[in-house]
Amino acid sequence: MHPFTFSTAKDLDATAAVHARDSGVMLIAGGTDLMGLMKDHVVKPTHLLDINHLPGLNLIEPTSDGGLRIGALARMSDVAIDIGVRQRAPMISEALLCSASTQLRNMASMGGNLMQRTRCAYFRDVDGTPCNKRSLGSGCSARHGINRNHAIFGWSDACIATHPSDVAVALSALDCTVRVHSPQGVRTVPIDDFYRLPGTTPDKDNNLGRGDVIIGLEIPFRREAGRSHYLKVRDRQSYEFALVSVASGLDLSGRTIRSARLAMGGVAHKPWRLIAAEQALAGVSLDDPTRLREAIGRSFTDARPLEQNVFKAELAQRAILRALQTVGERA
Amino acid sequence: MTAEGAWSRQFEIGDENAGTSAEPKWEAWMSDVDRRTFLEGTGGGLAYATVVTAVPAAGSPAPPDTKTTVQLTVNGKTRTINVEDRTTLLDALRNQIGLTGTKKGCDRGECGACTVHIDGRRVLSCMTLAVMQAGSSITTVEGIARGAVLHRVQKAFVDHDGFQCGFCTSGQIMSSVALLKEARAGWPSAATENVSAPFLYDQLSAAEVRERLSGNLCRCACYPNIVDAVTVVAHEG
Repeated sequence: MHPFTFSTAKDLDATAAVHARDSGVMLIAGGTDLMGLMKDHVVKPTHLLDINHLPGLNLIEPTSDGGLRIGALARMSDVAIDIGVRQRAPMISEALLCSASTQLRNMASMGGNLMQRTRCAYFRDVDGTPCNKRSLGSGCSARHGINRNHAIFGWSDACIATHPSDVAVALSALDCTVRVHSPQGVRTVPIDDFYRLPGTTPDKDNNLGRGDVIIGLEIPFRREAGRSHYLKVRDRQSYEFALVSVASGLDLSGRTIRSARLAMGGVAHKPWRLIAAEQALAGVSLDDPTRLREAIGRSFTDARPLEQNVFKAELAQRAILRALQTVGERA
Repeated sequence: MTAEGAWSRQFEIGDENAGTSAEPKWEAWMSDVDRRTFLEGTGGGLAYATVVTAVPAAGSPAPPDTKTTVQLTVNGKTRTINVEDRTTLLDALRNQIGLTGTKKGCDRGECGACTVHIDGRRVLSCMTLAVMQAGSSITTVEGIARGAVLHRVQKAFVDHDGFQCGFCTSGQIMSSVALLKEARAGWPSAATENVSAPFLYDQLSAAEVRERLSGNLCRCACYPNIVDAVTVVAHEG
């Protein structure tokens, strides 16, 4: 690791001010992604500010409207095992439980989970392979390289990387907002606006700037959250990133879908909402696989698979069907 | 053939110059140093070399003075160490405190060999800095037996042959000890059918154990025996 100085943050205002002032400063919470990036010399902070002791940021609580509030420093395992989360939004608990391992979930914070960098192997290989996310303007080695694990939606010639978080996919399906503290005050950002597509500036994963500190997540009440499922498809059964994943929630009238929430992981630079499919699913019976498939397909007309991941479009549609039927079996 | 004989035979086969050149033989290397000390020294030396050879890139400022004094409780004993800020907890445990039971496998949070408990929870010691753990209470594999009496999980690994080379074993054991506590506390896992319902300890099946131990890799593939060991110890008397 590149050498750095280290200090412990005492309060939010000072944290935001220090982070705004010096571009060499990085915040560390669980460290489960940042440590690897530093060891591989992908990032080289000159100063690490340990935010683990900031007070009041590890809460996990139900809100009076039926939603949930989760602090940025709540650990993934604490959120996954929380009975309120498991009952109000099982897809959040399931998405966390199929992320990483218990050891990593015991360390990793929810805020850090949103901030984790892509697992594109070229991004983490600093031995000379070009990567626009690591070094803007150097090129994309994956575009015509090994791109089996890469995006099928929303990519650009500059970057075809996917976002690796599972829980961000579930949060996206539920219209979560991210609370951000900065020297200018506190603002809330819908998670869909928090993340961005790569475009010509894939060096930026999200829309946070210097001085922005994530303080928590707000998950509004949605009827679909209570009857939901997160399905992750991967090359091995556990302890692996997704090929594709599906966060699905349904509001049902008997066996008929009143409304659906769908988001996917492993397919884009951000959690990918399937709005067209959600709309087409309204009024469809869970016992009519032909119409379910047709509705799901509405969100794949703009899929653009790469040389090595053509399989993902079909795999994704089958995974969505399976996820919806699983929710139906639980009904 | 004795174990030492096997080692030296392998050495000769592996290196065609062995025995004909002036290179010292394996036995000569090992003559005045026992194997454990030799291996500890090797591991420590490699890790130390990694730290001191991490030279800043040309043009970047000289490394700042980055040493900090940290107090930790390790296996119930208070330890005060002076570490570079970039020292991982793993390297501090192995190289400064001298507890080499915790192993360095991938050093990237991918293999689980470095698993220890911090304040009762299993974590990867390669993915946190020693300075971040000031005041923490750490348990390593050296801290779970009571004197000469093995922890029941350690005994189960012996009884069920839960290892071959043994490199991942301390991590597997630390993970397994924590796994049993987590299941008793009602933690569900990705193998749990319905996460919305309370998890009952009796549901801790072999499939549950496999999922809950998936963060610990074993290159010898002793998984069936490890799962047997943990499943049996989970449900014994």
